[in-house]
Amino acid sequence: MSDDLLKVEGLKAYYQMNYFGVRREVRAVDDITMSIRRNEIYGIAGESSSGKTSFIKVLAAAIRPPMRIVDGSVKYEFKGLAVDVATATPEQIEAMRWKHLSYIMQGSMSVLNPIRRIGRTFEDFAARPLGLRGAAFRQRVIGHLERLKLPADVLNAYPHELSGGMRQRVTIGLATVCHPEFIIADEPTTALDVVVQKEVLGLIREIQQDMGSSVVFVTHDMSVHANMTDRVGIIYAGRLVEEGPTRQMFFAPKHPYTAHLVASLPRIGDTAQRPALEGRPPNLAEPPAGCRFHPRCPLAVDKCKTEVPPLVDVANDHRSACWRSADVQPLVAPQAPQAARGVMA
Amino acid sequence: MFSVFRDLIRYNLEFAIGVVLVTVVLIFAGLSFVSPVDPITIYAAIPDMPPSAQYWFGTNSRGQDLFWQMTFALRNTLTFGLTVALISRVIAIAVGLAAGYLGGWVDRVLMFFCDIFVAIPIFPILILFYFVLRSDMNTMNLALIMASFGWPFDARLIRSVAVGLRHREFTRHAVFAGMSAPKIMLEEHLPYVMPIIFSTAMANMIWSIGLEVTLAVLGFTNLNIPTIGTAIYWANNHSAMIVGVWWWILIPVIIVVLLFIGLFLLAVSLNEYIDPRSRLRRMGA
Amino acid sequence: MTTLLDVRDVSKRFTMGGLLSRKVVAAVQDASLSLDVETPEIFTIIGESGSGKTTLARMILGLELPTSGEISFRGKTVSQRVSRQERLDFMANVQPVFQNPFEAFNPLKRIDRYLEATAARFLKLSQRDDLDAAMDGALQKVGLSLVEVRGRYPHELSGGQLQRAAIARALIPNPPLLVADEPVSMVDASLRMSIVNLLKSLRDDFGVSVIYITHDLATAYYISNRLIIMQRGRIVEMGDARTVLDNPEHPYSRLLKASVLSTEDAGAGKLATDPGMVKLAGELVGKAGRLVDRADGRMVRVY
Repeated sequence: MSDDLLKVEGLKAYYQMNYFGVRREVRAVDDITMSIRRNEIYGIAGESSSGKTSFIKVLAAAIRPPMRIVDGSVKYEFKGLAVDVATATPEQIEAMRWKHLSYIMQGSMSVLNPIRRIGRTFEDFAARPLGLRGAAFRQRVIGHLERLKLPADVLNAYPHELSGGMRQRVTIGLATVCHPEFIIADEPTTALDVVVQKEVLGLIREIQQDMGSSVVFVTHDMSVHANMTDRVGIIYAGRLVEEGPTRQMFFAPKHPYTAHLVASLPRIGDTAQRPALEGRPPNLAEPPAGCRFHPRCPLAVDKCKTEVPPLVDVANDHRSACWRSADVQPLVAPQAPQAARGVMA
Repeated sequence: MFSVFRDLIRYNLEFAIGVVLVTVVLIFAGLSFVSPVDPITIYAAIPDMPPSAQYWFGTNSRGQDLFWQMTFALRNTLTFGLTVALISRVIAIAVGLAAGYLGGWVDRVLMFFCDIFVAIPIFPILILFYFVLRSDMNTMNLALIMASFGWPFDARLIRSVAVGLRHREFTRHAVFAGMSAPKIMLEEHLPYVMPIIFSTAMANMIWSIGLEVTLAVLGFTNLNIPTIGTAIYWANNHSAMIVGVWWWILIPVIIVVLLFIGLFLLAVSLNEYIDPRSRLRRMGA
Repeated sequence: MTTLLDVRDVSKRFTMGGLLSRKVVAAVQDASLSLDVETPEIFTIIGESGSGKTTLARMILGLELPTSGEISFRGKTVSQRVSRQERLDFMANVQPVFQNPFEAFNPLKRIDRYLEATAARFLKLSQRDDLDAAMDGALQKVGLSLVEVRGRYPHELSGGQLQRAAIARALIPNPPLLVADEPVSMVDASLRMSIVNLLKSLRDDFGVSVIYITHDLATAYYISNRLIIMQRGRIVEMGDARTVLDNPEHPYSRLLKASVLSTEDAGAGKLATDPGMVKLAGELVGKAGRLVDRADGRMVRVY
C-alpha cells in the first residue's frame, strides 16, 4: 500500500454548455496533478469561481452534466478498493460513498432532513455502509457521538431543536460514523460564529487524528488553513499554483498569489497598511495565455505572458508554478508570537 | 429582436413547431377578413356535404360552408381567449406585485379579496350573468366577466415570487437609490415574474376557451356569434354524429387542439428563453 | 460639538411565534452611542449572530422602529413613518452598504441605472452631462470610472468592482454617514482588503463617517476608531478600538479575541479554547449589569 490515498493526474474537468446557440466551454479544472497522503489534513484555498468547488466535486465523484472529465485520472486507493473516479462505474462509486469517502458540508441543514429525527438520518446514511441494524447500529452511533461529546439524546431530536454549533457537530458525526478513510470538508465553518468555529475546527482535527483519515479541507479563509491543515494547495483560475507544508506556505510562500493572500490578512495588534490585490480573477471561458496570474502579478515579466509555468519542486515537499518563484518575498515579516497574543494570557 | 427569433427557431424544436402551428391557425383565422360568405347567413350552400374540392371542410346541416364558418369561429374564440388572458394578467400582475412588495395591510387586504374570488364558484355566476344580460352577452362582455375571475390564483403565485424579491438586497438598494415603489415593482421585479406570466397566460387561455365552449355547448351564450363553442352547439343540436355529419364536430375539435398545442409549445420554449436563470447564462454569467 | 447621530437607550423587542406560544425576544437592549459631525470616524459594532448588531443597524437606517428609546440624526428622529420627502431627505444623508456585492444589483439590469436614479432623485439632476459628472465623481472616489461601469451588467464586473460600485452609488448624495453591514463577509480574501482600505480612505480623504458592522475583530482593529462589542443584545464593552482589542476586559470580549484564528502558529494545529473562558462568558448572558467608565476611556459592563 502506497503512502498516497489519492492520486490526481493531469485532471481536466470542463463545463460544456450550449444555450440557444451560445456555446461556452468553462475550463474549471485545467490540468491539476497532486496527491493526498494518508492521515493528513490537506487544505484547498482559492477565490470563488477559481474552480475549487468543481475540483471538489470531481474528488467526491459528484460529476454531473454540463461538467465532464475531459482528461486525466483521479485514483483512490482505499483498503480493499481501488477506484478511478474518471472511469468508475456507478456501482463502484456507490460502494465507495460514505464507507470510504464522506463529506462535511457548509449548511448542516442541507444534510439533515428538517422533518426527520437525527437518529433516522443516521440510519438513512450509515446503516447500509456499516452493515448494522437495530440495537447494534444504535449502540455504534451512540458510542461515536460520545466521542464527539454529543449526548445520546440528540438522536431523538429534530434538527431545528439544536443550535448551529450542535448541528454542525452532528453532521461531523454523520460523516465520520463509518470511519471513512477520506473526508471532504467543504467550507464547514463559514456560516458559524468565531467561538463556535474554533470549537468545530478543533473537533474535526481531533477526530481526524483519532481515526487516521485524510481530510480535504476547503475554505477561502487563510487563517483557518493556518490552524487546521498540514499542507495547503492554492488554486487559481483552475490550476494548482502552489502547494506545500502549511507553515512554509505562510512564512516562505513561493508564489506571488500565495504571498499576497498571506500578506493581506489583518492582525490584531498590527495597524500597518495592508495591500489589496487589484484586478479580477480571469474568466475561465477565456483564460489569459501564459501564467493565468500574470495580469495581476507584481512580478510578471514577458515570459509569464506567453509560457505556462510548470508546477515544480522549489523546496522540500513544496511545489510552485511560477517562473520567478525564487524572487517571491513574504510581504509581511512573521511576527514574534508573544507580541501578537499580547496581554491575553 | 429578429436575432432572438432566429436563434429560437434554429435551436429550439419546440419553438419552431409552435410557431408553425400558431402561424397556420392565425392565417386561418385571418382568412375570415376576406371571406366571401356571411357567417350569419344560413342555407347559403347545399347542406351536409362532406369535405371535397369545392367545400374543403364540407358544409353543415344549416347550409353553411364550414371552412369559412370556422375562420370566423376561430377568430372570435382567439380574440376572446387573448382578451381574457390579457386583462386577467394585468390584474394578477398589479395585485401580485403590490401585495408582495408593499406587504403589511395592503397585502392582507388584497389577499382577502383574492381568496374571495378563489372561493366564488364561477359557473353559476356566468349563467346568472347570461340571464341578466341576455342579448347583451357578447364576446367582449363575457371576456370581461371571465377576466375578473381568472386572476386570483396567478396573483398569489406572483405574490410569492415578489415576497422573495422584496428581501433581496438589490431591492433595498433600489429603495436607497430613491426609486419609487411602482418603479421598483415594474422595473426590478417584473422581469422575474415574466416566466410565470407566460405560462399562466397559456393555462388561462385554455381555461377560458374551454369554459366558453362549455357555456356555448349548453346554450348559455349568444348563439348567433360563431365561435368554436357555438359551432359544436349547433352540431350537437342537429345531432351531427348520429346523422353522419362527423366533420362538423371533428373539424372544430381538431382546430382547438392544434391551437392549444401550438400555444403550449410557444409558452414552454419562450419560458425557457426569458427565464432569468437562462438569460443570465446566455449573458455569460 | 454637534451631534451627527445620537442613539439613546434604544431597545428592540420582537414578538415571535403564533397564537399559542408567544415569545418576546429582546434583540437590542438599552444601546446608546453617538457620532460627531466634526470628527469623521469608523465606528464598529462587533458581535456574533444574534447579538443584535444587524437590528441596531436597521434601526439606524430607519428600516425598523425602536420599541423604546430614540435614534436621532442631526436632531431629527429617525423613522420610516414620515412623508416620502422627509424619508428621501434622510436617505440623502445616511446610505447603506450591503453585505453581498453579487446581490447588490439586480442581475438583469445595468449597474449605471442605480447610480443614475440616485443622482436624479437626490441631487435633482436631469441634464445628461450633470448626471454623468455626478456618477463619474462618485465612481472616481472608489477607484472606478464611469467608462468602466456604463452599460455593464453585474456579472460583467468582479465582486470587488461591484462592491465599489455599490459604495459609489451610496456616495452620490454626499452623505456624511454610511452604514455598512458586514460589507466584507461575503467577498474573497484577496478583495477584502481593497474594500476595507476603501472605507478607510472615505473617512480620511472625504470625511465620511462609517458605521461598520462585523464579526471580524482583525479588520475592526485595522480600520476602526471606536467600537462596541455586543453580546445577545447588550453592549458589553465600548471604547477606543485599539485600547479595547489590545486588552479586552469583559469576559465575552476576551473570549472573542481568544477565538480569533491567528497565523502566527501556522501549521501547529492549535485549536483549543479555554473551556473556563467559554463558561464565564456564557454565564453573563441575560444578566443586566451596568456600563461603568474606566480610566482609559472605555466602558465595560459589570455585574
